[in-house]
Amino acid sequence: MASVKIGALHKSYGSVHAVRGVDLDIPDGEFTVLVGPSGCGKSTLLRTIAGLEDADAGDIAIGGEVVNGMRPRDRDVAMVFQDYALYPHMTVFGNISLSLRARRMPKSEIEERVKRTAAMLGVGPLLGRYPRQLSGGQRQRVAIGRAIVRNPRVFLFDEPLSNLDAQLRDEMRGEIKRLHQEISTTMIYVTHDQVEAMTLADRIVLLRDGVIEQQGAPLDLFEQPASLFVAGFLGSPRMSFIRGRLERTADAALVKLSNGGPSLALPSGRARDVGDGAEVILGFRPEHAGRANASPPADGRARIESRIELVQPTGSRSYATFSLAGQPAMAELQAHDAGRAGEPIHVDINLRSAVLFDPGTGKALQDSRR
Amino acid sequence: MAARVASLAHGPRSLRASAARALTIGLFVVFVLVPLYWVIITSIKPSSDYLTTPPVWFPAKPTIVHYTAALFSYRGLQGLINSLIIASAATLLSTLMGTMMAYSLARFNTGGRHLALWVISQRFLPPVAIVLPIFLLFRAWGLYDTLIGLILAYSFMTLPLSVWMMYAYFRQLPKSLEEAALVDGLSRWQAFWMVAIPIAAPGVAAAAVFVFIAVWTEFFFALILTSRYAFTLPTIFRAFMGFQGAQYGEACALATVSLAPSIVLGMLVQRHLVRGLTLGALRG
Repeated sequence: MASVKIGALHKSYGSVHAVRGVDLDIPDGEFTVLVGPSGCGKSTLLRTIAGLEDADAGDIAIGGEVVNGMRPRDRDVAMVFQDYALYPHMTVFGNISLSLRARRMPKSEIEERVKRTAAMLGVGPLLGRYPRQLSGGQRQRVAIGRAIVRNPRVFLFDEPLSNLDAQLRDEMRGEIKRLHQEISTTMIYVTHDQVEAMTLADRIVLLRDGVIEQQGAPLDLFEQPASLFVAGFLGSPRMSFIRGRLERTADAALVKLSNGGPSLALPSGRARDVGDGAEVILGFRPEHAGRANASPPADGRARIESRIELVQPTGSRSYATFSLAGQPAMAELQAHDAGRAGEPIHVDINLRSAVLFDPGTGKALQDSRR
Repeated sequence: MAARVASLAHGPRSLRASAARALTIGLFVVFVLVPLYWVIITSIKPSSDYLTTPPVWFPAKPTIVHYTAALFSYRGLQGLINSLIIASAATLLSTLMGTMMAYSLARFNTGGRHLALWVISQRFLPPVAIVLPIFLLFRAWGLYDTLIGLILAYSFMTLPLSVWMMYAYFRQLPKSLEEAALVDGLSRWQAFWMVAIPIAAPGVAAAAVFVFIAVWTEFFFALILTSRYAFTLPTIFRAFMGFQGAQYGEACALATVSLAPSIVLGMLVQRHLVRGLTLGALRG
């Protein structure tokens, strides 16, 4: 077990600057998820920690020891690969035990450790089989077993679930989380799937174009996104973004939506530092927009009138797309009260949970957040 | 209904098609096997049956006299032993060096973009252009007419072949298996021997077969670089064309003997040639 500290890390492939100055401090035992769209540098960062790539600049320290230039085998990290990377010519036992054999551990101890690991992952009866005789989920378990059998200081996961079908993915996701609770070793997990990031992470590190866009606890990122990019990346269906202009009156701040849309009064105390007449983007998640009832809107909510364009039921909830000031927005409705496309609808938007962004920089306006 | 459709599908048209196919394959088999049959049958014919009209398809009195003559009077046995030693050693050396070189080219981009091409450019030279320099070098170094000399010459001659075959093979092998081995605690050298080589075994087997056959049938260098001791099987054949006419029986006997190792080798590695070992290593 160990902490991982990364300072001013840079890595280029030819003309592609994949990682551009990443600083990251991962405490011992934390489950950190590196997430971002493809090409954001998350896999490169992980491979550099593993020692499979050399950093061009910057330091990586594992357990307080700088490991730049150290071979992968000396870093004492384990990695689970996207394509499993099981050795096809070795049995499950051979696959799981290779790292122990490489360290010349006594045979009896190897046997005992492999059996314990296999039992823990439910692949005990498969020890004599070859990878080609296993199903996708079994291969994934063996790949994880190969990583945990030697008690590494840090676990690295490179999109380990992306080759599994949806049901198996949910199951394995739960198992990985349980595994972390049991062994509580530092884990660094790369994915492009925001659901995986939200469910697994103690901390999410959201990368974009080789730099950290925002990091923090999953709910902090979800509720207080630092930028349009973070707000749009996390959450499904994604946040609705409506353009407008801030207008101040003596005692209130309003967002006057573009295209002659309505003015929405912000809760008192919000957007205090935003100047009068500033262009803003109002962001709100579907769960913060719902069908209005007969009583007037509650404090902090704004009621608007529109027409349903599209209804997408998911079973427990239905999502209705409607037009707000000529821009698409989404509301979360009761499954049995979603209505049909073309019907008029009154929507209450909870502006306490909404976020204001600066359209120029794409950053959240500081005191617009809760 | 289904039965009727099926019977239509197997109607006269498809019958004609399969007849045509059988004929084509039959012709091809005849084309390949008849010369082989003729060589083997001539090797056991008495000399009076060689060139008769009509030809003798099977001799009334088969004989092994040509085999004893070819193997002992013409020193075919010594040639066979020499060829076996030289071809085996050169195959081992060439495949070993070629595999390591190819791995380096494929994984570390050794020598940039041009080294791989430079390696194969060795084969652009006409053999005649280098045989004389090699002859002079070998005489100076005491390698002329030695098994070692021929082993070295053949190893380097076939190196481009094994490098390129293995280069192509390693490039299509996923890197992640070796990376997993590195993270698992193996050195690069161990990852090469314990992971990359076993997975590349079909490629190594194929390269070895090609190298072996190339060396086994090589005539020109063996002719120039050997005389009384290190001569190989192919060089013996020139002795069968003499002033007294051709020794068809002896030539065919020796040809039959020299076919045997290639056939045995082919059967031994056939399993490796067709087996795709990476199956199941990666996604589905």
